Amino acid sequence: MLDYITSYLKSDLTPGAAGNLFWAFVYIMLVFAGLSVAVIAMNWLERKILAHMQVRLGPMRVGPHGLLQPIADALKLLLKEDIIPAEADKAIFWIAPFMVVITAFTVFIVVPFGPTHAVTDMNIGILFMLGVSSLGVLGIVMAGWASNSHYPLIGALRSSAQMVSYEIAMGLAVIAAVLMTSLHGIGIYGVGTGTDGTGTLSMIGIVQAQMAQETWFIFKFFPLGLIAFFIFAVAMVAETNRAPFDLPEAESELTAGFHTEYSGFRWSLFFLAEYSSMIAVSSIAVTLWLGGWLRPFPNYLAGDGWDGFFSIFPGFTFLGLAAIAMVGTRRMPKHPYFKIQTIGLGGFAAVLALIGVVLLVPVVRDRIQDIYWFSAKVAVLMYMYIWYRGTFPRYRFDQLMKVGWKVLLPMGIGVLVATAIVGVI
Amino acid sequence: MEPVATTFFFYFLSAAAIIGGIFVILRKNPVHSALALITTLLAVAGLYLMLYAPFVAGVQIILYAGGIMVLFLFVIMLVNLERNQKQEQFNKQWLVGLMAALALGGLFVFVYVKGNVLFPAQALQLPEGENTQQVAIVLYGDYMFAFEIASLLLLVAIIGAVVMAKKRI
Repeated sequence: MLDYITSYLKSDLTPGAAGNLFWAFVYIMLVFAGLSVAVIAMNWLERKILAHMQVRLGPMRVGPHGLLQPIADALKLLLKEDIIPAEADKAIFWIAPFMVVITAFTVFIVVPFGPTHAVTDMNIGILFMLGVSSLGVLGIVMAGWASNSHYPLIGALRSSAQMVSYEIAMGLAVIAAVLMTSLHGIGIYGVGTGTDGTGTLSMIGIVQAQMAQETWFIFKFFPLGLIAFFIFAVAMVAETNRAPFDLPEAESELTAGFHTEYSGFRWSLFFLAEYSSMIAVSSIAVTLWLGGWLRPFPNYLAGDGWDGFFSIFPGFTFLGLAAIAMVGTRRMPKHPYFKIQTIGLGGFAAVLALIGVVLLVPVVRDRIQDIYWFSAKVAVLMYMYIWYRGTFPRYRFDQLMKVGWKVLLPMGIGVLVATAIVGVI
Repeated sequence: MEPVATTFFFYFLSAAAIIGGIFVILRKNPVHSALALITTLLAVAGLYLMLYAPFVAGVQIILYAGGIMVLFLFVIMLVNLERNQKQEQFNKQWLVGLMAALALGGLFVFVYVKGNVLFPAQALQLPEGENTQQVAIVLYGDYMFAFEIASLLLLVAIIGAVVMAKKRI
């Protein structure tokens, strides 16, 4: 038994490829826990960043700088009464939020946080992610229909029309990136060896192809990769129903869109699914165009010295966060009323510093590095989401359809054809 | 790697597919029928995965469960269901249904009894890790011409749909 557990650590495979059930389970739990923490952090950061963009303070009351606000909100949602409308279709009303959450979390089994840090690597990786996340539409349609009410139905119709339209542009951009994996680097990366001229759909294979071709796909065939990334970046905002494409839940028109009739725990499931699918599509963008887990300049700044330099980044990031928290602790009001909060923030700073120190240990930092770079890139895209929300006004529905069908779709086809032509030349 | 609990998953997915299929024809509410059909399609996708054909499984999920069925639901939701449910059902052709069921059942029994002779005992083992690449080589290499003709056919269908839907082009 112990041998079964330790034998995996010596292999250079994902738990799925090694067929090790124990580690597969551990990885699933880690991804699940990490996602939940990320959603909580995202919730707080979104409010704070939006507030600062609008010259407000944001949440300040629950805990120092509102740090405990997400936890208070989660408690409130769990304690709220769970109302099911009398005229609702009960069974479907029940299933819909679970459908959305399950699809939003299932896609993460193929997300490569590192060459070995994925639950499993599928031959159809990217296809699997797009397919399962497209099932999320079903949950939204079910929720809107089962509520048996006008706002949810209109919201669900808008949402499904929007997601189906933007999926096409998204798919074309993805195909352009997959096409790039088949060029120049034939047989160098593990997948598809010996089969000349074929690329790969595997998420790990795509990143390895970028390593082998010594460029992120966003810079490949400049500006073709950049345009494909732009199409994907627009389509992924529309796919996740976020501002400026948040018509399905436009507050001024539809109260809350497809989840108007939901409350309490079931509403929080929709919330969880929305944020985790945002992280999922950001991970696709990072894997396909931004080099996945690769650190900056893995080919040009190669060598032990540079490896060592880049491997201390994770530790120092956490130490920096600890320093910020420490400054916050020092600046807390010196009133007895704030004593507990000050101690709590100081403790938080100490925990962050401890994590930072642990991440600087050589054994840990070698294994953790890939995850850090991947998460950092995803975090940048998540910040962009908040930024869009703070700056762009909402589109009208006909404008949204026009952008999807008349701008992004022709652009996607053009990029695909151009990539194929340039690649052959 | 060695597959885990193959028998269990085979029976589980088959049962899900069959029960979903039965619900499709038993439910009066078309939305419930459509959801049951989605269950069936997903279970069949799982069976494709068990046959070491991940690409077919992925396409099944994207096209059928994620694409076509969403459009189905979209249309069904816009139809006035309450009036539909009061209408008389026109599934009164039980004689034809019985004959079709008997014929299909006979076929199943025949395959079950004679299966060892009809099919090879050992399925063709293709490497799972290259499934997509194999499909691509066959589709865009050996059967390029047929593939292009099929895509032309789809184009004709799209133009036909646009012509029918638009009164004035």
